[in-house]
Amino acid sequence: MTPVDVDLADLGLDEGGHLPVARALARGGAVRVRGDAPTLAVDLPAWCRARGCAIARAGDAWLIEPSAADRWRGAERAGAIDAAVDHPPARWGLAARGALVEAGAPALDLPLADKDAVWADEAARLYAQAAAAQWDPATAIPWDAPAEHPAEVEDAVVQVMTYLIENETAALLVPTRFLGKLHPHFREVMQLLAIQIADEARHVEVFTRRATLRRGALGLSTAGGQASLASLFAEPDFAIASFLLSVLGEGSFLALLWFLRDHAPDACTRAVATLAAQDEARHVAFGLAHLGRHCAHDPSLRDRLAAAIERRHAALAHTSGLNAEVFDALVLLAAGGWTSAALRRGHAAVVALATTMDDGRRQRLVRLGFAPERAAALSGLHTRNFM
Amino acid sequence: MRDLILGAVAYDAKVVPIWDGFLAHFRAHGVPFDYVLYSNYERQVAAHLRGDVDVAWNSPLAWLQAQHAAAAAGRRAQAVAMRDTDRDLTSVILVRADRGPATIADLRGRRIGVGAGDSPQATLIPLGELAEAGVEVVPVRHDVLVGKHGDHVGGERDAVKALLAGEVDAACVIDGNRLAFAREGLLAPGAVRVVHQTAPYDHCNMTVLDDGHPAIARFVEVLLAMSYDDPAVRPLLDLEGLTRWLPGRTSGYAALERAVTRDGSLAAWLTTIGPR
Repeated sequence: MTPVDVDLADLGLDEGGHLPVARALARGGAVRVRGDAPTLAVDLPAWCRARGCAIARAGDAWLIEPSAADRWRGAERAGAIDAAVDHPPARWGLAARGALVEAGAPALDLPLADKDAVWADEAARLYAQAAAAQWDPATAIPWDAPAEHPAEVEDAVVQVMTYLIENETAALLVPTRFLGKLHPHFREVMQLLAIQIADEARHVEVFTRRATLRRGALGLSTAGGQASLASLFAEPDFAIASFLLSVLGEGSFLALLWFLRDHAPDACTRAVATLAAQDEARHVAFGLAHLGRHCAHDPSLRDRLAAAIERRHAALAHTSGLNAEVFDALVLLAAGGWTSAALRRGHAAVVALATTMDDGRRQRLVRLGFAPERAAALSGLHTRNFM
Repeated sequence: MRDLILGAVAYDAKVVPIWDGFLAHFRAHGVPFDYVLYSNYERQVAAHLRGDVDVAWNSPLAWLQAQHAAAAAGRRAQAVAMRDTDRDLTSVILVRADRGPATIADLRGRRIGVGAGDSPQATLIPLGELAEAGVEVVPVRHDVLVGKHGDHVGGERDAVKALLAGEVDAACVIDGNRLAFAREGLLAPGAVRVVHQTAPYDHCNMTVLDDGHPAIARFVEVLLAMSYDDPAVRPLLDLEGLTRWLPGRTSGYAALERAVTRDGSLAAWLTTIGPR
């Protein structure tokens, strides 16, 4: 085989001259290199030695034989760019999907590596939608909007915000725990969970800022509320955690945020609730999408999900559920004042909210393939804390 | 059979994962292997002569020390293996392109930045060649981690920094480090010229005294069979800087031997080791 000729002219190996040589060697045969860079006679043999290539003088040139050492022998493609495989191996680790992965990379502990358990075909679209819908708390919310509501209604806003912060913290931390276990081969799901977590971080920020707009202290956090969230936090199964958090919890929260939007005493509170609800709707959509796909592949999942609701209900039976202060704060918010007529109206609105939440949960359970009667029974067992 | 003990010098933190990896590989291949790390080559050579270790991963200077000390005691040292990258190295004497001397004769009386005092490649061999050419210079040592025989690149890097700062008129480095320092951004293209390149010499080897341990043949066999194609072994070879192990040879140590004979350092060290 005739050697491939490479003429480096005055290009030195210390300024990129190794690239034409390496490219020629990659063809698999001998390479004859000429060049008149002042240090080529020093650099070329040293470069070859480090790579296991034999080099010899051949007249005014150097003759280089490719090394037998091939880092890429046994390498494999980490699937295809546009299609996730069903069971990506741990040895693909953090490699980009579709990259050529050198053999011998460390196997990472990535237990969420089953496509059926995590994937949703909608993930890429939902991620793109989320990326386009990111809003800046500094400019998207009219922090200086006038507020003329009574002091007690402001206290009610602070209590509701305190409750929202606690719940959104759970909604941030639960997917975070699974994100660290998810095989990054499922890139779109990883990206969607990441932006979902960023959404929650922003919600925690704006709820905190709204709560402290006119008050120096936050409201109450109850043991019952925390017990409800702790049962979410402790759930080790991704499907069950997403079901309880996204489909049931965040689904109920959607109704709550719409309620706050409709009954907000000021433009700032209305904007905070409206923007958070837009984000939460995507979280619910992803939960429904990947669980719907999962149920289609594994119908027995429905029984496990139902059992999880029943188990959680039993575990929380001794707790008081939604704390009275949050309930009362919602009534006062919807009432907007202390007249009997206003309080009656507010109370009716909060009772209607519970019905709206129940309707939403039932519809989502039916979308996951539960029979309407079963969906109604399961929805009734959902935590009284809403999330 | 008792373990075959290898001695190596801890010139860098990576030495531990390297030899832990080799340990697993050798044991998996039936060699009862363990290793001991020393802080400097002189202590390793003394331990080898005492029989504390069966095979020593020696610098070229440590090889000469072991060979001469063994010979003085009527014993025999042999180099059983070396890396492909240990063969036919050269060192270069760099000067600044804008103001440096044109030939090695012009280096006479000049300040020459060298590496650690016991570095074969960055000090002893290039200074030896200058002395043989009758060029007397003023060496300016950059003693990073003395006792490790220049295995640590810091001394050469400091010598090049001194050259660029104008503190010395020339700097001695191993050929491959010229490119390495260019990649680091320390040496801009065209910033230095090579005023002298030494004759090729060899670097480290696996040294055995007398007939060695009963498992030494199997040790060498497993070592030489290590393949860069094996993904379990490749990271170790990358860390140790080789693509394959080769049989040892001792033809590449003459220039260093002349240098340490001429400056008396080898004889001086041999008096400290005493009769064995």
